[in-house]
Amino acid sequence: MKVFIYPPNSMILQDLVERFGHTPLALAKEIERRVNDPELDSPPMNITEIDVKVGLKYAAIEVPSGVRGRLAMFGPLIDEAEAAIIVNNFPSTFGCMACARTNELTIYLIKQKRVPTLELDYPTNEEEVEDFIARIKGFLEGLK
Amino acid sequence: MIKIAQLSCGNDYSGIQKEIEKAAETVGAKIVFPDVDIDFDDAIEDFGFNPVSPGLKLMVARAKALADKTFEADAVLIATCFRCAEGALIRNELRRYLQKHTKLPVVMYSFTENTKASVLLIRMEALVTIVKRKDLLARERQVGITMGLDSGSATTKAVIMQDNQIVSKFWHPTLGVLESAEKAVAEALKLAKMEFKDIESIGTTGYGRYILGDHYKAKLIQEEVTVNSKGAVFLANKQKGEATILDIGGMDNKAVTVMDGIPDSFTMGGICAGASGRFLETTAKRLGLEIAEFGELAAKGELHKVPMNSYCTVFGIQGLVSALAEGYSKEDVAAAACRSVAEQIYQQQLQEIDVRFPVIQVGGTSLLKGLVRAVGDILKTEPVVPENSQYIGAVGGALLCSGFI
Repeated sequence: MKVFIYPPNSMILQDLVERFGHTPLALAKEIERRVNDPELDSPPMNITEIDVKVGLKYAAIEVPSGVRGRLAMFGPLIDEAEAAIIVNNFPSTFGCMACARTNELTIYLIKQKRVPTLELDYPTNEEEVEDFIARIKGFLEGLK
Repeated sequence: MIKIAQLSCGNDYSGIQKEIEKAAETVGAKIVFPDVDIDFDDAIEDFGFNPVSPGLKLMVARAKALADKTFEADAVLIATCFRCAEGALIRNELRRYLQKHTKLPVVMYSFTENTKASVLLIRMEALVTIVKRKDLLARERQVGITMGLDSGSATTKAVIMQDNQIVSKFWHPTLGVLESAEKAVAEALKLAKMEFKDIESIGTTGYGRYILGDHYKAKLIQEEVTVNSKGAVFLANKQKGEATILDIGGMDNKAVTVMDGIPDSFTMGGICAGASGRFLETTAKRLGLEIAEFGELAAKGELHKVPMNSYCTVFGIQGLVSALAEGYSKEDVAAAACRSVAEQIYQQQLQEIDVRFPVIQVGGTSLLKGLVRAVGDILKTEPVVPENSQYIGAVGGALLCSGFI
């Protein structure tokens, strides 16, 4: 199944989804596609005005451009999602360094899809890490 | 190379980073990002404002690196998405924080996905000028015979100065950049009873500064933020200490804070015509008045009598016309138009700088008494309008270029 992960650039979540036989819907591949695309020239992310307009599908014109541009990357991944893992309360540097408003809308959009979703808090000690991994493992195995 | 530290959020995802870097490169500067510790907690604690957005937290950490001098830069650009409330709060507070803890010139900008390098160019150029030409900007006396040319969007001005005095001045509507300047130069020379060869140095500023600079072999070609500031403090005789220079132009507005005549922070508007001199020009036309007549009339009207429901050039003026139909006098309607422009500048632009007194109001619109009164009413001060206030750019050019004789 295609599993959307939040934060979408988490390598740990991406790895876990792959290990348990699913396809992660993650930002890394989307960014890789963009930064390697020779047709575009808007570094560092190769977001263009067209992308920001694509973001209008997810947020209205009065929403700041940075939010719409970021949603242009997140939105299509959410559209494809058949399941999702959401990690809450993570440190700033664990997720993608950008806007909290986009994060709020991203979580809302996932919940609106009504796909199987696992929501859990970022672990802060070893015991919590073990529980964190076990719950993700159980969730992903249950999707089979 | 001048290093401009960029503190921003949303720029990558708005797709405008390339434009920011292009603007910096055009003026010989380089955009740099202060290195910071991955743990932002100390920076946030020190700053005292903990935004929710990680991008804004990173901005705070980068500002602290500049304040602590763990990262060296020459100037700072603070930019966040237009319409982001959290971004606007952080942008403004970071600017204050940096001005308190560093001597770096700061410029702020709120961008959209349509932001292009050309819009950012003048801001970048001003930052670079402030850093590179600090000694020149400290010049307080004009020497020799010099000419300043200000190629503005509405008018082209020429001023000839000799031994710290204005000997002649002339303006012409800007139709073609070169054509209008040639007329203004010819008339200014005629009035000064001089020939072109008598001029020892020329300084150009304004939108057409490069074309004129090239044509007249100018020794100084400089953006209008720094040149106008210099001209303003010179004409107002406020070369020492703090001041705010407010220039409500035909196309954009500039508000610059200066210390000893050198800008340390500035803001430029340009998103809405309703906050510019163009709004007053259009209102004057709609009222069937010449712009000068409009300014006199507005000064006689009551500032707060006519209700204004919109600042927009279309809807606001429609409202003013309706007010006329309801029986309000032309004086009161003209005063309301001035209040509308002053209010919008206050609400949208002057919030971005710490207004320092005296406020020196300059540019062509400073000749409109009604507008000066409206600005004073809002700022609770009496703006200083120096003699020849519409010639600040040309005077600043003539003064500064005498440094090259």
